[in-house]
Amino acid sequence: MSEELNYSTISELSGRLHRREISSVELMQAVIARTREVDGRVRAFNSFDEPDALAQARASDERRAAGKAGPLEGIPVGLKDVISVAGQPLTASSRMLENFVSPYDATVTCRLKAAGALCWGRLNLDEFAMGSSTENSAFGTTSNPWDLARVPGGSSGGSAAAVAAGEAVAALGSDTGGSIRQPAALCGVVGLKPSYGRVSRYGLIAFASSLDQIGPFARSVEDAASVLGVIAGHDPRDSTSVRQDVPDYARGIAELAKSGRRWKIGIPKEYFGEGLDPEVGAAVQAAIAEYRKLGCEIREVSLPHTKYAVGAYYIIATAECSSNLARYDGVRYGHRSKDARDALDIYFKSRAEGFGAEVKRRIILGTYVLSSGYYDAYYLRAQKVRTLIRRDFLDAYREVDAIVTPTAPTPAFLKGEKAASPLAMYLNDIYTIGVNLAGLPGISVPCGFTKAGLPIGLQVIGQPFRETELLAVARAYEERSDWRTRRPGL
Amino acid sequence: MTYEAVIGLEVHVQLKTRSKMFTRAQAGYGFPENTLTDPVVLALPGTLPVMNKEALDKIIRAGLLLGCDIAPVCKWDRKNYFYPDSPKNYQISQYDQPICRGGEVEIELPGSARNIMGEHRRIALTRIHLEEDVGKLNHGEGESLIDFNRAGTPLMEIVSEPVMHGADEAFAYLTALKAVMIYGAISDCDMEKGQLRCDANISIRPAGAAALGTKVELKNLNSFSFVRDGIAHEIARQTAVVSAGGKVVQETRDYDGQTGESKSLRSKEMAHDYRYFPDPDLMPVEVGAEWKAAVRATCPELPFDRQRRLIEQYGVPYTITSVLVPDRELGDFFEEAARLSGKPQAAANWIANDLLRELGAAKLALAQSKVRPQHVAGLVKLVEDGVILSNAAKEVFVDMFQTGETPESVVARKGLKAETNLDELERWCAESIAANPRSVADYKGGKESALNAFKGPVMRAAKGKADPRRVDEMLRRLLAG
Repeated sequence: MSEELNYSTISELSGRLHRREISSVELMQAVIARTREVDGRVRAFNSFDEPDALAQARASDERRAAGKAGPLEGIPVGLKDVISVAGQPLTASSRMLENFVSPYDATVTCRLKAAGALCWGRLNLDEFAMGSSTENSAFGTTSNPWDLARVPGGSSGGSAAAVAAGEAVAALGSDTGGSIRQPAALCGVVGLKPSYGRVSRYGLIAFASSLDQIGPFARSVEDAASVLGVIAGHDPRDSTSVRQDVPDYARGIAELAKSGRRWKIGIPKEYFGEGLDPEVGAAVQAAIAEYRKLGCEIREVSLPHTKYAVGAYYIIATAECSSNLARYDGVRYGHRSKDARDALDIYFKSRAEGFGAEVKRRIILGTYVLSSGYYDAYYLRAQKVRTLIRRDFLDAYREVDAIVTPTAPTPAFLKGEKAASPLAMYLNDIYTIGVNLAGLPGISVPCGFTKAGLPIGLQVIGQPFRETELLAVARAYEERSDWRTRRPGL
Repeated sequence: MTYEAVIGLEVHVQLKTRSKMFTRAQAGYGFPENTLTDPVVLALPGTLPVMNKEALDKIIRAGLLLGCDIAPVCKWDRKNYFYPDSPKNYQISQYDQPICRGGEVEIELPGSARNIMGEHRRIALTRIHLEEDVGKLNHGEGESLIDFNRAGTPLMEIVSEPVMHGADEAFAYLTALKAVMIYGAISDCDMEKGQLRCDANISIRPAGAAALGTKVELKNLNSFSFVRDGIAHEIARQTAVVSAGGKVVQETRDYDGQTGESKSLRSKEMAHDYRYFPDPDLMPVEVGAEWKAAVRATCPELPFDRQRRLIEQYGVPYTITSVLVPDRELGDFFEEAARLSGKPQAAANWIANDLLRELGAAKLALAQSKVRPQHVAGLVKLVEDGVILSNAAKEVFVDMFQTGETPESVVARKGLKAETNLDELERWCAESIAANPRSVADYKGGKESALNAFKGPVMRAAKGKADPRRVDEMLRRLLAG
């Protein structure tokens, strides 16, 4: 029975919990057992707290018995270790926060708890969400459940791997330049990055504030929609969260499906050029062919400023991170060097010891681009490029409803394969970065496997705050495929 | 050669708000260390700032009172630098788009005498912007501890143009600015509590020259007197340097008010690169016409305008208005007492002299005073109607201050009613004249002052309850008769 539970969707499990076929405690126990069984090899988790999880499950069963079940009642949801849960570690996979325990709940955590979900474990990531492989974690690399020699992608590699390996029913990650969609693609699960401002960032350790957005990993588009419905909405604690009602996504998707709407799908030519793995390209083309079969109109569109996206991204993201990470100074909390003798020592030595190489690289880059005399040439110009990139997308949306691209140029790569070249690693986000710069919602859904058995992801990009349509387009493809019935041979 | 000093002041004023600039944690002074904190104040991982509207209302009010242009959008920037009292290691501030631009502060220079109004001038402002305060370092033996209670308190930076020329002028500027802040209920400006802090930029140039000399920034001026003394000291120092053929070095100096000496803190080369950029956590806030109008409706009359009005409307002397006006509540107290009594000048005297003296002696604030405007008005009326005499009135005032009773009940309790039995008064006067024939002769011989000799015995007989004016009249009548 166990593996069946571990690979069920939220909607399946909610039904079984509702019918009292299983209890929350039984489901949690199954997830714990699976995690114990496989996480030695997958290493999706930085830590997990079994007694706490079981206590949450018991409380959930009591709520259900009292007739107070929430929309995610009893569903174990894993959390990337940058999302705060009161009383639990919050490490960002960094030595800097190795022993830090957060005293407060992130807004998404509050909302998950209020919906009855069980907050399960602290999921691994690239340190401070900086990376595309989870190799930058200070506590060890997560393995791709489909091939343990390969990376799960990143930075939310732990979240993607946990869902793929059956160690969580769903998970939350954060996406700054592709950190949800790319690992979702590489691990064969669904990963959704909502529109910027759709989900509160309060309680999310900031990497790049104007790009970061929390979103779900799930086994199906429908599951991703139900988690989004719980975590989305305006939050008075985050002034970048938008005052817009949260629609009933499940109903909206169902209505759109029933209406038989024929979507206009845009294919940006700039996303199918050099560097795209042929197997990935073929799988994406096959998915596009499915849309055509559905009666969708496929149109080529142009996003002419795409080639500047990676450059603009690494200026804006690093500038913001250089400032956001200044608070990790060893003064109030976090790592403090034992060798520190005075205030300057506390800064220099604590930060030298506490941060890994990639984090330091980005802080230095960001400090440079904001420096007096360089601001206009780098930061200001990057912001202008950002505006042009957003305009490219909005222009395209005058003609199409959604844009379809590969999520990542390649399937999961070998551990160590790109670790030596930051630039090669950065280029893995080439198809996902523009979406963050433009503040758009994007989703990755499984669209096939390579001959070697590695998952491939299809990215669907939607219009600002039109997640319902985005999810409906993704769901239309998902329904015609059975990729999600495959399981990794762990 | 004579030199002219050029002075610009940067004044930081803490806003009097219930909560901090970007979080709901309480703002306040005098609380146990690190009790006015929350995850946002301490910059815990994942926390975000949210703007306090009350603070924006108050800085807009300050801007409107000082005649500034209010920006249509309130935009926030990060000022990046590492210091242990700064929890995020950046300060949220306003860089290229301050909320207020321009404006001016009306000041009054010292007059030629205490009772003569000094010259009024208008000091132009460059800008006023809003930011957050930092925590406080307490240095001990071999360790430094940080108190974050102050961190995140709304802080306004008011920058003047370099248009002042003397220490007295700077002092007058601070005095006037403080009065405006108090009138607008923007800040209490208590320097001892760090609610107002002042840095001065000072340079000198040959008298009459147009170009500015090299400026020195003077920091840690902890009181208005230290600002005045520090500026005077710095002008003298620069003048000595230049007169000796030297050059003023651009630097930041620390002034020690206790010793009256200053020392260099850092040179221009060590100036920070703050790497300002727009804060991505805070959306710009539109300040529309409606918002501004709503704030404008809360703007009080400015202190100097009120002073001119009190002089004109009530005929209160300048000296007394300069006591009544700077404290808005005291001014309100006066205007209420003036209205109730119909005798503004008498009321002003009681307040400026007796009330302030008693409050000072008892170390009480006006709000704690048991004497209210109706007490003052009642007392003024009793004296005016001749019910009590001025000596007795002084006694009544002190009693009211202690007990809070109405003047009428104090007079009744103490039996201080003036003697109005004219027969008795006439008898005492006649007795006094009869007892002193020599003075009668003197008086009749044209020596006016001889009249005083009769008054003592009359007052003694009346036990002080006789009205000196009546006694005077009565004596003259009897002597003439």
